[in-house]
Amino acid sequence: MLEVERINSFYGKAHVLRDLSFSAPGGQVVALLGRNGAGKTTTIKSIMQLVRPASGTVRFDGTPITGLPPHRIAKMGLGYVPEERRIFTDLTVAENLLVGRQPPRAGAPTWTEDMLFDLFPNLAERRNNRGKALSGGEQQMLTIARTLMGNPSVVLLDEPSEGVAPVIVEQMARVIQQLKSEGLTVLLSEQNLHFAQAVADRAVIIESGAQVYHGTLEDLKAHPEIREAYLAA
Amino acid sequence: MEFFVAQILTGLANASSLFLVACGLSLIFGVTRIVNFAHGSLYMLGAYTGYTFMQVLPGAVGFWTAILLAGLTVGLIGMLVEMLVLRPVYRAPELFQLVATFGVILVVQDLTLMIWGPEDLLGPRAPGLRGVYRIMGEPIPKYDIVLLILTPFVALALWYLIARTRVGVLVRAATQDREMVGALGVNQAWLFTGVFALGSALAGLGGALQLPKGGADLLMDFTILAPIFVVVVIGGMGSLPGAYLAAILISVLNVFGVTYLPQSTLVLMYVVMVVVLMIRPYGLLGREEVAGEHGQVGEPETPIKPASGPVRLMVIAGLAVLALVPVFGSTFAQVLLTDIVIFCLFAASLHFLLGLGGLVSFGHAAYYGGGAYIAALMVKHAGSPMEAAFLLAPLGAGLAALAIGWVCLRLTGVYFAMLTLAFAQLIWSLVFQWGEVTGGDDGIVNIWPADWLNGTTIYYYFALALSVGGIIVLRHVAHSPFGYALRAARDSARQAEATGIDTRRVQLVAFGFAGMMGGVAGGLFVFSKGSVFPNELEIVRSFDALIVVFLGGVKTLAGGVAGGAFFKGIEDLLTRFEYWRLVMGLLIIFVVIVAPEGIVGSLRKAASRLGILKTAEQT
Ligand SMILES: Nc1ncnc2c1ncn2[C@@H]1O[C@H](COP(=O)(O)OP(=O)(O)OP(=O)(O)O)[C@@H](O)[C@H]1O
Ligand SMILES: [Mg+2]
Repeated sequence: MLEVERINSFYGKAHVLRDLSFSAPGGQVVALLGRNGAGKTTTIKSIMQLVRPASGTVRFDGTPITGLPPHRIAKMGLGYVPEERRIFTDLTVAENLLVGRQPPRAGAPTWTEDMLFDLFPNLAERRNNRGKALSGGEQQMLTIARTLMGNPSVVLLDEPSEGVAPVIVEQMARVIQQLKSEGLTVLLSEQNLHFAQAVADRAVIIESGAQVYHGTLEDLKAHPEIREAYLAA
Repeated sequence: MEFFVAQILTGLANASSLFLVACGLSLIFGVTRIVNFAHGSLYMLGAYTGYTFMQVLPGAVGFWTAILLAGLTVGLIGMLVEMLVLRPVYRAPELFQLVATFGVILVVQDLTLMIWGPEDLLGPRAPGLRGVYRIMGEPIPKYDIVLLILTPFVALALWYLIARTRVGVLVRAATQDREMVGALGVNQAWLFTGVFALGSALAGLGGALQLPKGGADLLMDFTILAPIFVVVVIGGMGSLPGAYLAAILISVLNVFGVTYLPQSTLVLMYVVMVVVLMIRPYGLLGREEVAGEHGQVGEPETPIKPASGPVRLMVIAGLAVLALVPVFGSTFAQVLLTDIVIFCLFAASLHFLLGLGGLVSFGHAAYYGGGAYIAALMVKHAGSPMEAAFLLAPLGAGLAALAIGWVCLRLTGVYFAMLTLAFAQLIWSLVFQWGEVTGGDDGIVNIWPADWLNGTTIYYYFALALSVGGIIVLRHVAHSPFGYALRAARDSARQAEATGIDTRRVQLVAFGFAGMMGGVAGGLFVFSKGSVFPNELEIVRSFDALIVVFLGGVKTLAGGVAGGAFFKGIEDLLTRFEYWRLVMGLLIIFVVIVAPEGIVGSLRKAASRLGILKTAEQT
């Protein structure tokens, strides 16, 4: 579904991703794990072409998307949920959702505003509030809901559990499970191993921008030494 | 009381086209982050095309159709400008697009001249609305009343578009974070084009609507520019209600100004702007600017370094040639070169501020023209000798820059730029309107250098020595600890503060210093010409310097100098032709598109690609 093949990405002269390869099979939840600054966000941005890899290829459904403008990639069905949430603070919740709206797409579930309000009941009450009036947890829900309005078949989720209350983290886990049950593919960047273990089928671990582990979550559970070497301080 | 009401009604009517034009500018800036200097040109085109349509379409229906068609035509022209000129430069460093829009101004000026000729066009009266209405006994032109009623509806329609439609939602979202809008599947390119077309159409409508009141002439592009900048800034960049409020404020104020303070109508507007910005730095209804929030963090620069051997040799050789010009060159060449070296110093002083300090001043002419005026005023009114007057030029300009900088540096980015422009315009309008002292439009003449400097050749050497000396001093300061502190303040104010740099103070000193060097150039200028006129203080002069710095290359120290020489040289060559503005404008646009790093920056890149010059990576 989503394949990353030997990509190298830079910020100026800083070489941040080094020959990174992995893939996310259709309908699975893949956790992208790594310490602070390992390059998780850069990986996701490189898939979305918000950071242009200097070399390597990203394939979506077998089609190379490297070099395409981000809006084309989004239109192909790749949904991006940024780490900093980046909701439009001057727009209302409903308007934020409107920005994300795209026509229905074959092979991916179609979302309506009402369905998303069912998924995130808190947002329904805040429908006409401006983004800046939302709490951190509500903003996190809104950024996911906004991306789902585009009816993606693959969702790139950058650290949805970061800086939100434990109740919200639990809600996020339920949402990800629901997305999976709807047939979506999810690439989930995480530092919270506990959270990743609750939802993911597979795991990719990166360290200094290079892939150091790629396998099923069961495997990872069976090898505590990998976890100790590359994750949690 | 009756008179008072009538004044207010006239003010409201005048606000109409000002609002339309200003909100177009505001809209364009909000989404594309482009400060569209060519907006006045679009307004002018609206007036001219409207005039032509009115000639062929008869009657009241024809009149109003002509206005709509003018808006439509200018919208299409704006669309073309966006696609052909601006699209290729969106990825260029911030504000570089300014230069492209300036090229558009020049092109439009000449095309208008070609198509409609040099004569001012008297605007046709609106059919059926020729007379006046009596309101509380006072005569108010019928057309004014119509405008006054019409504008709120146009404002309402715009508000509906922006507040209630999906397009409007996208526009507002893009105003905040256009990269994210793109990542959600919206093609920003079309959004930009659409917004640019809409903004242009509004400018065109504004131009056509004011035809019965003001007609059309070739100066209206610059005449409207300052007022619309003022309106947009007072209202708050990107805020439509703000623009409406500010347009009314300025227009009403202007009407009263004409009645009660006829000598200071121009000054008044800028005073209001300065006062508003001092109280509300982001305008009446504007939103605070957060640096980098629009997802356009520039790529890191290669550190500047002292000139290498070959470069140094080339500079010395060049100077030697310049010094020898009087031996083999004509008088004409010396006069031209005097102009060029003075302009290079002026440009270099702006480059210091802009390139090193990251402080984009739209009003640097204030210090150049200001220096020239100070020297001229000293000679004229105090009878002071040339030497003393010449020394006072940089001193006065530097002090003025310190005072103005102190106010402007409370703001950043575009607001800072606009405020510097407002101050420059304030000074210009003071000089322009305070005729008894400054001679107003007639300028100050007979300001000749002292006897020992009287002569083309000796003055050439004088100007050469001081300009080159000034540029060397600027360079020297750039490489001094002060220069590093200034760059640190530009790149990361917070980190600079953490290392103990008082960034505001550093920037203020830099502003004063750049103003002072501009004053040197101004002093040199006035004695080389023997006269000075208000146009040395005009926006156009500030823009000249900006263009030169951007064209030369913001990131390279040689940028200001190379740009200055290039620009002045070409200008001299081209002004011999009738339509030189067209050629110059096209040339500017061409350079902007093929060399987005400026002349020096692009040459350097090419050289390093060819291996002539070593890049920082290799060293
Ligand atoms: N815009 C940027 N410019 C320069 N360097 C950057 C930029 N963004 C990130 N980096 C650097 O790139 C490396 C990878 O950053 P990235 O944000 O991808 O890590 P991450 O795994 O997402 O970290 P976190 O868990 O903190 O979100 C880090 O060393 C970071 O300092
Ligand atoms: Mg991250």
